[in-house]
Amino acid sequence: MDNTSRRTLLKAGGATLGAGAFARSIAPITEWTADLSVDAFLQRHYKELTRDEMDVVLRRLEAETVEEYGVSVSIDDPRPTPGVSFGYALNLSICIGCRKCAEACHVENNHDRATHNSYIRVLEMKKGTVDLELGRVDYDHPVPDPDHFYMPVQCHHCDNAPCIKVCPVEATWQEADGIVVVDYNWCIGCRYCEAACPYHARRFNWAKPVVPPEEINPDQAYLSNRVRPQGVMEKCTFCLHRTRNGRLPACLEACPTGARVFGDLNDPDSEIRWVLANKRVFVLKEDLGTRPRFFYYFDG
Amino acid sequence: MLTLLLACQTGFTDPSRELGPPVSDGPQHPVEVHVPRSLGVVDTALSDIHGTPIGVDCATCHEPDASGEVWAESDSAGGPSSATELTFHRGLVLRHGDLSCASCHAPGEPGTLRLADDRRLDMADTIRLCAQCHGPKFESYRHGAHGGMNGYWDTRRGPRLRNHCVDCHAPHDPTYAQMVPTFPPGDRNPLGAGRSVDASGHEPTHTNGTADGQH
Ligand code: HEC
Ligand code: HEC
Ligand code: HEC
Ligand code: HEC
Repeated sequence: MDNTSRRTLLKAGGATLGAGAFARSIAPITEWTADLSVDAFLQRHYKELTRDEMDVVLRRLEAETVEEYGVSVSIDDPRPTPGVSFGYALNLSICIGCRKCAEACHVENNHDRATHNSYIRVLEMKKGTVDLELGRVDYDHPVPDPDHFYMPVQCHHCDNAPCIKVCPVEATWQEADGIVVVDYNWCIGCRYCEAACPYHARRFNWAKPVVPPEEINPDQAYLSNRVRPQGVMEKCTFCLHRTRNGRLPACLEACPTGARVFGDLNDPDSEIRWVLANKRVFVLKEDLGTRPRFFYYFDG
Repeated sequence: MLTLLLACQTGFTDPSRELGPPVSDGPQHPVEVHVPRSLGVVDTALSDIHGTPIGVDCATCHEPDASGEVWAESDSAGGPSSATELTFHRGLVLRHGDLSCASCHAPGEPGTLRLADDRRLDMADTIRLCAQCHGPKFESYRHGAHGGMNGYWDTRRGPRLRNHCVDCHAPHDPTYAQMVPTFPPGDRNPLGAGRSVDASGHEPTHTNGTADGQH
């Protein structure tokens, strides 16, 4: 995908989206002179950057963060570890719906403070149902409520991901370790992927995120938690800035109940493999054929 | 000028950027289990001048042998068997199946735990105590699927800290307590969040409370 066809698509998008939505979704790009440096606008697709070019981009983004947010951060570009393939499982018999995972995601990933944005949405569901669309997210009472169970939902990093297929500019793809990523500098904000995701896992940056400098997590990566520009899509990255360095995701560490299990699907001795082999796991909306890497189970 | 520059961009991929370095199979980092402070002492609700809570060692009152004074006083058959008979450990609530004190504490040596076959266990060795009656849960715990963890999924690259059963389950009243959830998620839709941006009527604001309520 070269830049010329991406520009053509920016225009073509206007026809299908409707003028209002389109104006909004491309606002950051049409106003690039004000908001975006020329370098940023001309930056090549992530996959086409050499290591040296990437370094230049990373240092530029770090400088921009100092300028715009008043903090110095380190933006890295950790790559998939050879042979590693990530999977995540969540025990619904254990989860109590406390939202600590969503809060940890909010902090770890430098989400806009006022909107309480998070890549995790915890659904409160009536016992006996598994219909995602009936889950409530705004419950506000001590948990767990005995008549409900709780289902945190985040990006499932599908091996057959509908969101990737609908992206007109290849700004989102699956990496070798299974993590589905977004190049925020390439995304044109058309939001097709958001509509395509059956798990409602993608978010759109309507406004530039506001985070006080002292609250910014300085441990950042290009493809994950660096502060996203306005007008682009974002979503859970399995905390790749942590997990590609061997660490557990922030949501898992924050879970006070121990409901979450993360690890390498290729390692037969891993915790995640034990769960897949010994618990009756299921995936959401299996009939859609998305092949998620995020599994759920109840203790039998 | 712009178009010219754009046209100059050629697509090529740097293969060295595709994967990170392999991880060598060196020595494993340790997986440690957190040992709660409470094991082996009774809290007095008092603090020393440094603000450290003062705990009293069990042996202060309980002689470490079967003829211990407290023990002998309370019941000739080996002490009170239910929490209602307690006078000193008044606040103690036992709500754990139909167990009695002696199911877990060795009669005569309350500072020591015991297994069903009467083998003694150190207070810090509580997991083995729990494991004997909760086999399946312990099996899950051993495989990282119960009880949570912190640190590294890849123990070749760093250490891991596991929780102790009693970090989450008080042995006398193990039901996991209810809690108040943290903030509900916000609504990134500018209409919902009351942002100053004009939404120009595209995208309906979903009523909150459905899976789809947040954008
Ligand atoms: C200040 C004195 C004191 C201390 C310290 C103390 N106890 Fe006790 N304990 C008592 C008394 C008195 C009783 C008799 C029942 C009662 O009055 O509550 C008792 C009873 C018990 C019993 C019930 C006996 C039974 O039937 O099994 C247990 C178990 C016990 N204590 C455990 C402990 C443990 C464990 C510690 C240390 C962590 C401890 N106690 C520390 C005074 C004490
Ligand atoms: C399921 C096993 C079990 C039973 C039953 C049990 N205990 Fe305990 N008890 C423990 C364990 C394990 C600890 C140490 C863990 C801790 O401090 O949280 C402990 C600690 C204590 C302590 C010291 C710390 C504290 O929490 O107060 C006292 C006192 C005590 N037990 C008394 C009793 C008495 C009295 C009974 C009967 C009414 C009883 N226990 C029944 C397992 C048990
Ligand atoms: C001597 C056997 C025994 C020991 C030792 C024991 N338990 Fe239990 N536990 C039981 C029984 C019996 C029940 C009740 C099961 C039921 O109601 O179905 C129970 C119930 C529980 C429950 C469920 C409570 C609920 O919400 O219903 C938890 C959690 C638990 N135990 C944790 C522990 C922990 C942690 C330890 C170690 C400190 C432990 N148990 C030691 C026998 C034991
Ligand atoms: C990180 C916290 C945590 C740790 C550590 C932990 N558990 Fe649990 N455990 C939970 C939660 C949460 C539940 C579900 C409680 C609920 O649904 O109300 C649970 C459930 C249980 C139950 C079953 C209750 C039931 O009704 O089925 C048992 C038994 C139990 N745990 C035993 C243990 C044992 C034994 C250990 C140590 C080997 C342990 N737990 C460690 C959090 C923990």
